[in-house]
Amino acid sequence: MPYYPHTERDIEQMLAVVGVASLQELLKVPEAVALREELDVVPALPETEIGKRFDEFASKNRAAQAISFLGAGAYRHYCPPAIMTLAMRGEFLTAYTPYQAEVSQGYLQAIYEWQTYICLLTGLDIANASVYDGATALAEAAIMALNANGRKRILVSRCIHPNYRAVLKTYCDGLDVEIDELPVSTNGGTDFAQCAELMARKEYAALAVQSPNFFGNLDAPDEAVRAEAEESGTILIGVVAEALSLAVLQPPSNWGAEIVAGEAQSFGVAMAYGGPYVGFIASKNAHLRRIPGRLVGRTVDKHGKEAYVLTLQAREQHIRRERATSNICTNQAHCALIATIYLALLGRAGLQDCATENLRRSRELATKVSSMTGCTLKFDAPFFNEFVVDVHTDAVPVLARLQKENILAGVALGRFYAEYSNCILMAATELTSSADIDALCDALKEALHVAARV
Amino acid sequence: MSQLASEMGTPLIFEQGQNGRANRYFARAESAADYLPAEVLRDDLMLPENTELDVVRHYTRLSQRTFGIDLGFYPLGSCTMKYNPRINDAVANLPGLRDLHPFAPDEMAQGALQIMYELERSLASLFGMAAFSLNPAAGAHAELAALLVAKKYFRERGESGRNTVIVPDTAHGTNPASAAMCGFRVISLRSDERGRVGLDELEKVLGPETAVCMMTNPNTLGLFEDHIVEIAKSVHDAGGLMYYDGANANALMGNARPGDMGFDLMHLNTHKTFTIPHGGGGAGHGPLGVAAHLTDYLPIPVVRASKMPNGKPTKFVSDGLTFSLDFDLPKSIGPMRSFWSNFAHAVRALAYMYANGAQGLKRVSELAVLNANYLRVKIAPFLETPYPEICRHEFVASAQKLKKETGVRALDIAKALLDRGYMAPTMYFPLLVPECLMIEPTETESKETLDGFVESLREIVETARRDPKQILDAPTKTVVGRIDETRAARQPDLRWQSH
Repeated sequence: MPYYPHTERDIEQMLAVVGVASLQELLKVPEAVALREELDVVPALPETEIGKRFDEFASKNRAAQAISFLGAGAYRHYCPPAIMTLAMRGEFLTAYTPYQAEVSQGYLQAIYEWQTYICLLTGLDIANASVYDGATALAEAAIMALNANGRKRILVSRCIHPNYRAVLKTYCDGLDVEIDELPVSTNGGTDFAQCAELMARKEYAALAVQSPNFFGNLDAPDEAVRAEAEESGTILIGVVAEALSLAVLQPPSNWGAEIVAGEAQSFGVAMAYGGPYVGFIASKNAHLRRIPGRLVGRTVDKHGKEAYVLTLQAREQHIRRERATSNICTNQAHCALIATIYLALLGRAGLQDCATENLRRSRELATKVSSMTGCTLKFDAPFFNEFVVDVHTDAVPVLARLQKENILAGVALGRFYAEYSNCILMAATELTSSADIDALCDALKEALHVAARV
Repeated sequence: MSQLASEMGTPLIFEQGQNGRANRYFARAESAADYLPAEVLRDDLMLPENTELDVVRHYTRLSQRTFGIDLGFYPLGSCTMKYNPRINDAVANLPGLRDLHPFAPDEMAQGALQIMYELERSLASLFGMAAFSLNPAAGAHAELAALLVAKKYFRERGESGRNTVIVPDTAHGTNPASAAMCGFRVISLRSDERGRVGLDELEKVLGPETAVCMMTNPNTLGLFEDHIVEIAKSVHDAGGLMYYDGANANALMGNARPGDMGFDLMHLNTHKTFTIPHGGGGAGHGPLGVAAHLTDYLPIPVVRASKMPNGKPTKFVSDGLTFSLDFDLPKSIGPMRSFWSNFAHAVRALAYMYANGAQGLKRVSELAVLNANYLRVKIAPFLETPYPEICRHEFVASAQKLKKETGVRALDIAKALLDRGYMAPTMYFPLLVPECLMIEPTETESKETLDGFVESLREIVETARRDPKQILDAPTKTVVGRIDETRAARQPDLRWQSH
């Protein structure tokens, strides 16, 4: 179905006004670049058939209906229907970046509310209007630190999400910045033993630590590491891949993080096979001029009436070009809007209920799985809603067997950490039922039994 | 409530509600302290608690203070604000697509991979590239990925000395900013009197340090770079790569292809050309296309297809294939973001392709160009159009003469348009045109809408000559007047604080 209104008569009249005889003449290009070959694009379908085609695609995604304990940076959470009712309103959906503040007050206010929510959750002074996702938030946070102290190395915990570290590396390769990693300790946290000595070289722009970390465990540098970071001028960056944890856990700013970079997909944004999601960056006031992306500020109009506007744009690419703090043009406004509405709907008590349900369900899962023969919890550390299970045999065939029962038990850690090839990262959220957990345990028992026989 | 807040209609969500009114969507849980030691828990989190009704009213009101395409004509140059068909959102919201976890095993995510494959193959054909990556999250993100590809490509060829990126003065601001993020030096190239990249100027800056020349075609003046083949040859002869900024791709479909023009790298803003809603400035979607010699460098993962052993043939070629995500590209620049793609947007873009097919997309570009030329010719009698020749999907007008005569600037015209129910055009860009208004009508607007816009613009210009103060005071019908941006920047107030 075409989405243009032109009748043949319109086209004739308009061509006459322009003064050309045909559309072909209007679109004439040099002979050397004129299109010669037949285009191989999907065929045109009536709208009724488009719906069917995508129903077919959807039905092939059997994982969407499976019993799932997948987490690892993307989480299945409850989304109250009011979110979509509001966010899908055409005024929000079909607006551009709010450059014309006078006709964008509503969206600007919503983004100002988002910035406030992120400040409250992270315990920091300022937050931007969002970035692409958690991984790019970490990369942009690292660039803020590099720009702040002019150093060319970054120190990161190996307990940070492997995908986040990989993206950081992609960005750092471009900037000719080196990355060094702190190892994983025996209890699934960052091993800070060498940290003070490394930072004392005063080469590192930043130290980045994730909490809850990739293994689900709470993780934080201790007092001595914090003191050395301050002494050596190393900026502490906190990373949060499961933003819901901030409802009940102390934020990284409490252990001295000056910048917190994270992912807010958990706040009502669909998993959608990986995107779009919504990253956030919050920081202390001192980094205001280095924060990337859009910022909404509250000010007044010429009559003194309260008004919102995109501000401090002198940092941005469309003004500063190659001297900008970042090349970011779009943010994730619509996902940030969804997250803002989610937080408004849940409120303090609702968000705490949700987080506490995650604590409860994940402990039920951990208790039941670890009570089975052949399964132990890999680490003995406090966790939020995911944790590592050691099945004492290669995890990949075990997961494959469970998959046949329509159960996705978690992420095989060998994919990211060769030394944990017997381990599975499992998550439970408020949507995980006891029946799901029991089904997993039954199937897991059988799968381990088979594995033991082979 | 502050005095400021009392003067406006919609207080912040933080200034509403009462403790105890939170919506309890979940079974009332025990305390977190039952599960974790007290020293890791917080008790400082104060979030407002509002009923669902209050929240629905609040954000409905905010939506009413926001202008989108659904409310009126949005002639924002280089942003391609066309109608966003709702079937796109409907299919993106199918549970089988919406609720799919990114770590779903390939065998259980075949539909998602097939969507990505079909979109990738269609884009490659439409734009004449060997392959696309759907990994980057937006146009600027894909630019960054492209320059990382170029950097790695030259490094592996032992040509690390190629550290310069050439950017015409008409380029989007993201081009030089992306180049700087890869450590490239940026050379800005002055356009010639025809508003195009001049071969002579280009030759002067080309050399052994040239890495990439970034261009868009048609450029941001809406003009087709008619010497593009010669330009590409010069850059290639100097050992550099050609990069195509796809922001203006809505002019090209079924007409000419960047691959055939000699571009080695390109990005698309599928949220522009392929009707993904802009959502107030994101999320976007920025596929990165490369020519055959650069496919090994694409970000990971890429979607691979292989023939199914007993696949039944259907009218859709891809139905006979099985798909997988390939992370094993030793030369890849690495991943650009947390997960594989802004997948929900790939769904929307593919739905739009299905709505049009190849012939339909060709028609889209033809009518986008027709609309732009129609507007250009209709506006020319009362507002300067500095490049009075056939344009593509957009064109620039200038208020320089009007400003000299009346003091009314491009900005004032833009604000007056807001009062008349239109979004303002892009202003003061490209930088080489003084008092620039950059207008892109897109193909989804009717002749009547364009005629109405022309009349409003004419009336604004006439009013400016008669009574400039009226225009200088605009807007007056919007919920707020012109904003004190200086105060916003000098006294940054970026969040609500409790008192």
